[in-house]
Amino acid sequence: MSDMNAEETGSAGAGAGEGGTTAGLLAEMLRNSRLAAFSLAVIIFIIAASFAAPLYMPYDPNKPSLSERFAPPSASHWAGCDDLGRDQFTRLVYGARISIMIGLVPTSLSIILGTALGLVSGFAGGRTDFFIMRLADVVLAFPSLLLAMVVSYTLGGGVTSIFAALAFVGWAATARVIRAQTMSLKEKEFVESARSVGVRESVIMLRHILPNCIPNIIVLFTLNIPEAILNESALSFLGVGASPPSASWGLMVYRYKTYLMSYPWLAAAPGAAILIFVLAFNFLGDGVRDTLDPYMKD
Amino acid sequence: MDTADNGTLSIKNLSTHFFTRRGIAAAVDDVTLFIPKKSVVGVVGESGCGKSVTALSVLRLVSRPGRIVSGSVSLGGEDLLAKSPAEMRQIRGSRISMIFQEPMTSLNPVYTAGRQVMEAMMIHGGTGKAEARDRTVEMFRAVGIPEPERRFRAFPHQLSGGLRQRVMIAMAMVCRPSLMIADEPTTALDVTIEAQILHLMKELQETFGTSIMMITHNMGVVAEICDYVYVMYAGKIVEQAGVFELFDDTRHPYTLGLLGSIPRHGSPKGRLLGIPGTVPSLLDLPKGCRFSPRCDRAERYCSEREPEMYEVAPGHKVRCFHCSGGSKGGSP
Repeated sequence: MSDMNAEETGSAGAGAGEGGTTAGLLAEMLRNSRLAAFSLAVIIFIIAASFAAPLYMPYDPNKPSLSERFAPPSASHWAGCDDLGRDQFTRLVYGARISIMIGLVPTSLSIILGTALGLVSGFAGGRTDFFIMRLADVVLAFPSLLLAMVVSYTLGGGVTSIFAALAFVGWAATARVIRAQTMSLKEKEFVESARSVGVRESVIMLRHILPNCIPNIIVLFTLNIPEAILNESALSFLGVGASPPSASWGLMVYRYKTYLMSYPWLAAAPGAAILIFVLAFNFLGDGVRDTLDPYMKD
Repeated sequence: MDTADNGTLSIKNLSTHFFTRRGIAAAVDDVTLFIPKKSVVGVVGESGCGKSVTALSVLRLVSRPGRIVSGSVSLGGEDLLAKSPAEMRQIRGSRISMIFQEPMTSLNPVYTAGRQVMEAMMIHGGTGKAEARDRTVEMFRAVGIPEPERRFRAFPHQLSGGLRQRVMIAMAMVCRPSLMIADEPTTALDVTIEAQILHLMKELQETFGTSIMMITHNMGVVAEICDYVYVMYAGKIVEQAGVFELFDDTRHPYTLGLLGSIPRHGSPKGRLLGIPGTVPSLLDLPKGCRFSPRCDRAERYCSEREPEMYEVAPGHKVRCFHCSGGSKGGSP
């Protein structure tokens, strides 16, 4: 008379980890998944390296050197030099700052906004739901880049306005997913059973339904990061993002793709940087999800 | 049965209707029901006859488009329908609790079993975390969960169906409510586990003096545990009697049908009797007696006028024209 006859569908959940402190969860995750631990190390390393760049990088990221235009990768220039003879590796390290910020800040904002609105929409239903979802429809009806440009322009350009613009375009998709999940969860008997012991509605929403959405939230988050990084490059290209000469990974891919046949390392290096960063976040996301998932604790 | 004291729960002329686009469905229609102190009262009927809605009406958890339209529900003399939502929340879980049919889905998959029972206790205040924890473990032991300390930390999916239902019972009992509503608590369980759970509920009922409202479609469960029984059909009570009286002197053709459809060992006839047809749609109820289209004793007047409740013996009432005379063959 014990374990295992669970065929529960859907909601593999989270919020678990008894005594669930963040530090405790982190330790548990690092124990359970070497890949997640390694990914976390990579992410920390990239962030630290880029912010400490002025302390140790020998080159100025923005100083051109015409004699070294299109220099191939070598011992002195690890990733070669670009069309103006600037050291590509230096620009990559400096560019990480903007790209990581763009990858994380607007994504977090849009996930938080989308989760909050989706949760309320799905849980409250009725008019609230109708209103929020029509708002989401409006946002989704426009090409996201165009909308982001409009918002970014309206707010006067610059990094902060890009954050706001990308968050504004991003929340709707998240809200839809979380709303759908909430609507299915709120029909579950455990919600009824929570009500029957006198749990108040707001607590049911935040403490019983939200934790069951965490796997979805993590997946949305990891999927949105590369999108935000690439969107930023498009915005920069169109002149409302990070403006030259400051470097960002997305902008570098965008700019050097014209040289893809002749000097492939120029676009490949920032491309690889994005790939590594995004992969690390995906593995970390998987690790976090598995740690929070009670079904994994058998 | 309507004794002078307030008993645990008294429902009078309760009607709960669902206002759907296609019309009004009277899921509970003028139901009067009494649960004396320290007793187990069964509410029996097929799916869709209004048993669960009656239970949810007591907790005031009927969800839209359903609404209690009239009647009264009183718990130990207090009118529950007059309570504010906040007062109602305090009553749920502490004075009335409920256990559900599906032990698989009625526990939140992301929290440990112990934590959920603790939450139920801490909502109603008066206990710190440590005390709540101790009392939960104690309650786990009381409901017969082996290794309660370990099960406290188990997630729902790590427990078997029987154990989960015991956790649910622990959650329902932890605040020592005066009434526990059990909505088909054993339907999803194996028969062997079913007997254990029923036994446990009876035992807890005797230990803690809690009354139980047992909702079921299974006459076997009724025979096992109930003191008094209400039989519901299409939103109305059609027969009510003490459990022995009901089995020995069944009057209503519907109750006879329910009893006839239990498989019995060594029954003289080889065939299992069903009731022909299905429960009518609440949006399109037959005229007159609601059971008349399915009834083998229906006369013409049955589909013209609706029968009242007739008292055929002390504490035994039946809603059928054929029973009004006090003998089985009577007519109106």
